Amino acid sequence: MNEYAIEVHDLTKKFGAFTAVDRVNFNVKRGDIFGFLGANGAGKSTTIRMLCGLLQSTSGTASVGGYDINTQPELVKFNIGYMSQRFSLYDDLTVEQNIRFYGGVYGLRNNRLRDRMDWVLKMADLKGRESSLTRTLSGGWKQRLALGCAILHEPKILFLDEPTGGVDPISRRNFWELINRLSTEGITVLVTTHFLDEAEYCNSIILINAGKLIAGGTPSQLKREHIKDPILEVASSNVVEALEVIRVQPWAIETSVFGTKLHVLVKDEEEGKVSIRQTLSANGIQTQSIQRIVPSLEDVFLYLLDKETARAS
Amino acid sequence: MAIAIETKSLGKSFGGIKAVDQFSLVVNEGEMFGLVGPDGSGKTTTIRMLCGILAPSSGSASILGKDIIKQPDLIKKEIGYLSQRFSLYGDLSVDENIEFFAEINKVYDFKKQREELLEFTRLKPFRDRLAEKLSGGMKQKLALACTLIHTPKIIFLDEPTTGVDPVSRRDFWKILQSLLRQGITIVMSTPYLDEAERCTRVGLMNKGRIMRVDTPENLKKEMEKEVVEIVCDRVREAFRLLSSHHAVREIQAFGDRLNVLVDDANKSLPSLESVLRSNGIVLASSRVISPSLENVFISLLTSNATVEVAG
Repeated sequence: MNEYAIEVHDLTKKFGAFTAVDRVNFNVKRGDIFGFLGANGAGKSTTIRMLCGLLQSTSGTASVGGYDINTQPELVKFNIGYMSQRFSLYDDLTVEQNIRFYGGVYGLRNNRLRDRMDWVLKMADLKGRESSLTRTLSGGWKQRLALGCAILHEPKILFLDEPTGGVDPISRRNFWELINRLSTEGITVLVTTHFLDEAEYCNSIILINAGKLIAGGTPSQLKREHIKDPILEVASSNVVEALEVIRVQPWAIETSVFGTKLHVLVKDEEEGKVSIRQTLSANGIQTQSIQRIVPSLEDVFLYLLDKETARAS
Repeated sequence: MAIAIETKSLGKSFGGIKAVDQFSLVVNEGEMFGLVGPDGSGKTTTIRMLCGILAPSSGSASILGKDIIKQPDLIKKEIGYLSQRFSLYGDLSVDENIEFFAEINKVYDFKKQREELLEFTRLKPFRDRLAEKLSGGMKQKLALACTLIHTPKIIFLDEPTTGVDPVSRRDFWKILQSLLRQGITIVMSTPYLDEAERCTRVGLMNKGRIMRVDTPENLKKEMEKEVVEIVCDRVREAFRLLSSHHAVREIQAFGDRLNVLVDDANKSLPSLESVLRSNGIVLASSRVISPSLENVFISLLTSNATVEVAG
């Protein structure tokens, strides 16, 4: 068996003169949780739709679970699960009716349907709520029901398209625990999200901008390898005044408020620390502490996008 | 520091359900205050009461010293409110939308302020575009500009960044930062704890009550448990091995590491490490890290026996 569940070679999609996805290459290992990141309009959805066999590619190839997306789109569709932010549940059907509906779509019958329904109800913690109307469920329950419906037919590959939009932190955490469990069972998960803190759950991440792949790696690699300039976290007696005096300094590449602290991107750690202390003290602001921090994935993401934008213009 | 908002035992019931209960809070002028909590915890209801849109069932509140029940008209001039589903007119241009909001707020001399707001939100090049043709991030900035046309002293933002991508989110935070520099008090609600980290103080809400109010830093200091970060290979196997360990209070598996909550890291770490090593897992590093607000929040919720976490 192939080591990769998804293999993508030079995948391209053009809409008229506009290239939405431009020769994208990547592989997803079996059993991985793979993060596909990009701003709105970067080409994420177009790529996913091609990989799900819903949209014909202009050129390039991809295989999903061993099936060719261009020549075997129906087999691709049947062998994957897909769940999106909008959950695609019927609000005016009960929990059980929704599961039965999706069972019908995937051709599940009799014993198999009964077994899978039982499994979904347990997995989503919805036992005892079979006859609740879907619209009366909270966001977290709905999300888990949608997930259950997406994997009713036991696909080996699961696509999650912005799965946690508008769901609260606790439900989000429960959801990711479920996804981790699925991945332990050997299911490959490809997820798009614009919550960068969520991308931390992925084993491997790629970043796409204007249709092109611009970076990839594990979360730790991305944090280590891209932002060479140090980020300093500054605690001072007055964060708003500190922002005011530091943001205009030529050595401060980027300055932002984080709660009661400032984050300042500088060229050099030691020089940066000295300059910050001097500037604050010259303005009568007391420096309480300055320390270098590990950039977040969001920092890395924005940094790389800025670099791309600068190169493009 | 002057007080911007003060509430005393504010409450709101819908039928028999207490959406907001015994809500007491003081927000100072110039703060960026975050109301954080899961869906249905009462954030939106609280904001609506403070904006004078919803009458409280009990308790009292004042905005800049004026009572929200007795002097609602005086308050309306001083505040701006950006609701979750802000209502722009899709068939009006950017300019016209701002003009419309100026008129309903009885601001007749709005042109100078409009120029400044367009400058400030970087919407000037798009001023003639119909609102329905704007991207999500631009719509949100326009809605904020409309909220600011009458130069309010306090703005209330109800989950302003839901559904907005990271690039637009950063733009939006930059705008909030400059509002803060102008001395405007900001109260925002958010379900995202990474976002709450950016507020000067946060109030953690659950089931209509405010559980704790403090700076993100102090909330983290108060946490009695410690978070250990273990970077290792075969993360999911490591997760399974440690899940049943007696010292582990809580565990989270990320893509290339585990975060483990324990009572005392010095005591527990050697044992955790040896469990992993004896099962052939290679550790790249393990260290105590500062807890995130999410750790704090979830630990507060789970330590409270009356709270169900499943929802």
